[in-house]
Amino acid sequence: MRRTASLIALAALPLGVLAVFFVLPVTGMLGRGLWPDGSFDPGALLDVLARPRVGRVVWFTVWTSSAATVVAVVLGLPAAYVLHRLDFPLRGAVRSALLVPFVLPTVVVGVAFRQLLREGGPLGFLGLDGTPLAILAGLVFFNVAVVIRTVGATWEGLDRRPAEAAAALGATPRQVFTTVTLPALRPSIVAAASVVFLFCATAFGVVLILGGVRYASVETEIYLLTTVLYDLQGAAALSIVQLVAVVGLLVVAARVRRVPDPTVQRATPRPLRPRRSDAPQLAATAVLLGLLALPIGALVGQSLRDDGRWSLVHYRNLTTTGGDGALVVPVTTALRNSLQTALDATWIALLLGLLVAIVLTRRSRSATERRVRGLLDGFFMLPLGVSAVTLGFGFLVTLGREPLDLRTWPLLVPVAQALVALPLVVRTLVPVLAGIDDRQRQAAASLGAGPLRAALTVDVPIVLRPLVAAAGFAFAVSLGEFGATSFLSRADHPTMPVVIFRLLGRPGEGNYGMALAASVVLAATTALVILAVERLRVPAVGAW
Amino acid sequence: MTSRRATRTSRSTRLPRTSWATVGLAALALAASSCSFVGADDEDAAPIEEGSGPVVLLTHNDFALPDEVVAAFEDESGYTLDIRPTDGVGNLVNLVSEQAGKPSGDVVFGVDNTFASRVLGAGALTSYDGELPAGVATYALPGDDDGTLVPVDNGNVCVNVDDAWFAKKKIAPPVTLDDLTDPAYAGLLAVPSAASSSPGLAFLLATIAEYGDDWPSYWEDLVANDAEIVAGWSEAYFGEFTQGGSGGTKPIVVSYDSSPAFTTDKKQTATTTSALLDTCYQQVEYAAALDGAANPAGAQALLDFMVGPEVQAALPESMYVFPVVEGTELPTAWASFAPRPETSYDVDPAAIEANREDWLVEWTDVISR
Repeated sequence: MRRTASLIALAALPLGVLAVFFVLPVTGMLGRGLWPDGSFDPGALLDVLARPRVGRVVWFTVWTSSAATVVAVVLGLPAAYVLHRLDFPLRGAVRSALLVPFVLPTVVVGVAFRQLLREGGPLGFLGLDGTPLAILAGLVFFNVAVVIRTVGATWEGLDRRPAEAAAALGATPRQVFTTVTLPALRPSIVAAASVVFLFCATAFGVVLILGGVRYASVETEIYLLTTVLYDLQGAAALSIVQLVAVVGLLVVAARVRRVPDPTVQRATPRPLRPRRSDAPQLAATAVLLGLLALPIGALVGQSLRDDGRWSLVHYRNLTTTGGDGALVVPVTTALRNSLQTALDATWIALLLGLLVAIVLTRRSRSATERRVRGLLDGFFMLPLGVSAVTLGFGFLVTLGREPLDLRTWPLLVPVAQALVALPLVVRTLVPVLAGIDDRQRQAAASLGAGPLRAALTVDVPIVLRPLVAAAGFAFAVSLGEFGATSFLSRADHPTMPVVIFRLLGRPGEGNYGMALAASVVLAATTALVILAVERLRVPAVGAW
Repeated sequence: MTSRRATRTSRSTRLPRTSWATVGLAALALAASSCSFVGADDEDAAPIEEGSGPVVLLTHNDFALPDEVVAAFEDESGYTLDIRPTDGVGNLVNLVSEQAGKPSGDVVFGVDNTFASRVLGAGALTSYDGELPAGVATYALPGDDDGTLVPVDNGNVCVNVDDAWFAKKKIAPPVTLDDLTDPAYAGLLAVPSAASSSPGLAFLLATIAEYGDDWPSYWEDLVANDAEIVAGWSEAYFGEFTQGGSGGTKPIVVSYDSSPAFTTDKKQTATTTSALLDTCYQQVEYAAALDGAANPAGAQALLDFMVGPEVQAALPESMYVFPVVEGTELPTAWASFAPRPETSYDVDPAAIEANREDWLVEWTDVISR
């Protein structure tokens, strides 16, 4: 009884936030589609689903997202090993740079991709331009960091000794990997893959920009139906398909993720210098980083060109409001707004994420309890699986006026962004928290440690690093978030993506150059802030 | 700071009692803060005295006015201006229609002539009491007999060409929509998608106005002539256009009649591009008072101001559109390098609203083939 009560108490805050900022807007939108004139009309829903276009759109979304997820995992695993288990110069810088794609505006990346892929471009010979493969490449570009960071956070704390024991007993490196390392990583790999899949399935700009508008995904279709055609019935039908698919995926993921004993041996080993046997992983990582760096390099190069010459003029312009007063505030002010918003979004996401992760990982004593936990687990992932248009427009119609007018609430945008980051935070923390052996806490208690001391000694040192990793995610997601923000942005308080979007809406080489320079500054700021946070050595960790 | 906060929470969960307290406090704090903000807006319910209080303007993300202009409105009228932008014209129009009679603002700005019928049909607006300045009435929406929609600005979506490119290749640039299907211009045109961009839709409407029911076969010819169709205006202009600045390869692009004012040399003595004035579709943006608004007097005052000299003069540089009031002075580059078309294509707003879906479905079919 008491356990259930404390479980509910811990879950109350995240549940409440999700209820107001997710369930309310989404049900508001679905309601408008299902009860068009006040009467329930499921027949119309079925009519929508019977449209031949819908089947095509769903199939395209499923196959591109699945393929992109597989590619991201395959490319991400060696990099997770290299960047989290090996020690080499600039490791921290590379790790923070990997989050850069999260904050780059899709339009800017899209143009950079096309420069590379189009006929006559450096990669034009691949013939990828305007094909589904270009969309796939874009999806992997934006999401491979999720695999590296989520799996890396678990891998980093993995005890080296079981693998060494296996090797000493004669196992080949491949056997060690498949029988010792992979099983220990499985929960976090599945966690990362499910997040990547959801990100891919709800990607909007990538599909539109890189697919040459010939391909439609569920997300672009919902956008078209809602925004342009005002066909809320059609949009609701597709949103329901999306939701059902996401729930199905989450159920499967939860099953695959489940392991008989989630406890992981942890010794937070010191990263090793690369050895000769690490060559394949190092090579794979180098190739991946090269591929990620190509579009970013093209972008940086472009931002330094003016009138066919190298110049810093676009960067100097960032302190102005654009060539002809395109902006209300200078880009530097927008950057400050963005950082403030991201800071708020980060602490909100971490607070909620930690509460959720704790609720999800406390050992269940009954089947019902386990089931409730499973449901909660899926529930907190849902925001990733819902179209940004549905959520954004739902916000406007449900939270924009009485009885719940939150439109001018200063934390509205940070809370919306925190919800987008929440699943990433939860998926980073859960595998780690679940891996803590409860007997360690019991041992501490039997040695006379109070609950406080036990938590400080056992939990905190293990959770701290993943928490920093999760904070980096939340920060980057918030800095780059445009979907929800574009619906709710405040006129006097624009963030960087909003400003960049404005600049990209105006002709003139100056505005384009400024948009590129602003993107580069946003990306560099993100990498630097994350690098600084990761370098923080909390003294407590070493002391205990 | 973040890690300290988080640490405290994780620690307290080991202690059921403290966890109750922490969570309770946090929930209370959140509830209290949101309550206070909800409470602050309750004053909306009380009638607002003339000449004071906020005027809430619902608009899209492209809305911008210089600080001085906003300050001038607030000083002259005594109201404060609360600007609430949202994502694009489509969503703005849907929001206003959805909230007909119970709006979350007082004035809407940014409804254009391709979406205006939807708002009018939803009965979300109330009429404007003031006098329209000279020249404004010519932009009134056909079918808006009560003068509900107040024209504020206008611009034309026109095919733009890179004159420098054509001069160098010694080819005559195209002039009409027909020319664009000429094999001489094969592979030279970039168009933003009609399904995901507003200039893209305007260009589709221009072809519908020109070719009537035969427009699908015109688009088949365009596609056969290797027209590049991309997601939005930014992708077309910056990504594909030879004068866009990113090494694009298409010297013909669908853009605006004001665009040539942005491709001048540094001293603004000449421009390298021009708009084809026989290919234009006019877009007019309207403002209107919302029916059932909390501050109807403030709404009328804001509408007066939108067609007043300060806003009209600021339009070109802050929103990249032309003013509607006769005699408003234009920036030098606009006056010299952005000639206006004498006539432009036009489709009846009611017909757009009735056929938008069918047209877009058919258009998508044609370009996907």
